[in-house]
Amino acid sequence: MKPFLATLAVTALAVPSLAAAALPAVKVTDAWCRAAPKGALAGGCYVTLTASADDRLVAVETTAAGRAEIHTMSMAGGVMRMRQLADGVALPAGKPVALKPGAEHLMLIGPKIALTPGAKVALTLRFKSAPPVTVTAPVKTAPTPAMSMPMGGH
Amino acid sequence: MTSWKAAALAAILVCAPLAACDKPAEHASQSSTVQIGGPFQLVDMNGRPVTEKTLLGKPTAIFFGFTYCPEVCPTTMAEMTAWLKALGPEADKLNVVFVSVDPERDTPEQLKLYLSNFDRRIQGFTGTPENIAKTAKAYRVYYQKVATDGGGYTLDHSSATYLFDAQGRFVEPIGYGGPPERGLGQLRALLKG
Ligand SMILES: [Cu+2]
Repeated sequence: MKPFLATLAVTALAVPSLAAAALPAVKVTDAWCRAAPKGALAGGCYVTLTASADDRLVAVETTAAGRAEIHTMSMAGGVMRMRQLADGVALPAGKPVALKPGAEHLMLIGPKIALTPGAKVALTLRFKSAPPVTVTAPVKTAPTPAMSMPMGGH
Repeated sequence: MTSWKAAALAAILVCAPLAACDKPAEHASQSSTVQIGGPFQLVDMNGRPVTEKTLLGKPTAIFFGFTYCPEVCPTTMAEMTAWLKALGPEADKLNVVFVSVDPERDTPEQLKLYLSNFDRRIQGFTGTPENIAKTAKAYRVYYQKVATDGGGYTLDHSSATYLFDAQGRFVEPIGYGGPPERGLGQLRALLKG
């Protein structure tokens, strides 16, 4: 009888944790979109993603633009290059991956709303394994390095 | 397709002499051995024809970009707006020009709408794809169309702002992403001549 009870207890404990392990999840934080000038045909959005198990951001959807894509941007030799990431962005388990200005970003193509500070953009992020997550990203003015000295020679 | 090829042909990568940024005046003659700039035939935001002669008589800051650009172009225009504000009335003695490398989408009207977000003194130039390609070649500006999945495209492009004296001679670039006070210092030095 004793071993049987022990087995029951173990099973009871094991079931919830098995269920949790079977459901990979991606936590989305710090979502924001860059305020874009009036007339701009594209805009950038940024998020930090933390996956519970190895995963991949594979797509982004929004009703705020004609289309949304996952891009990377690089600067080399004074040339700005931007590329669509057809395979998305790798999300190693437990490691926060920040999409940020000057690097990977979500690109809104053909914005349907004015990307002015205070506006909100709903973004649905799709992953290879984890269920999709929808976040509301506020539109903010991108931080620009403040001019430390108003005057002064170099 | 023709313009894509033209853009690729015009793709001369300029390795901007950024090292010369600190002392513009002393390095001006040295930098001038790099032939940057030349004749062009474009239109301004009101559809009026403009040429290189339009810019003579005042020092010029010129940037090549496109209104589809999510980061480098709006950041540069926002910085330029802050610099022009810091320069105050002195800024009236400068030409500041945004030339589109995306003439198919950047009509004069589109440029006007886009630039209405920034300092009023910033002028926008665009033109036929052929004339834009010629201008970019003269200014040693690299740009290239890159197709995206949805049937659209984006553009790789040079990110520096080029400074010229009142006679149209190249002085130096303002590198993208540098300390803002350096860019302001470069514009002040350019105004001093
Ligand atoms: Cu992009």
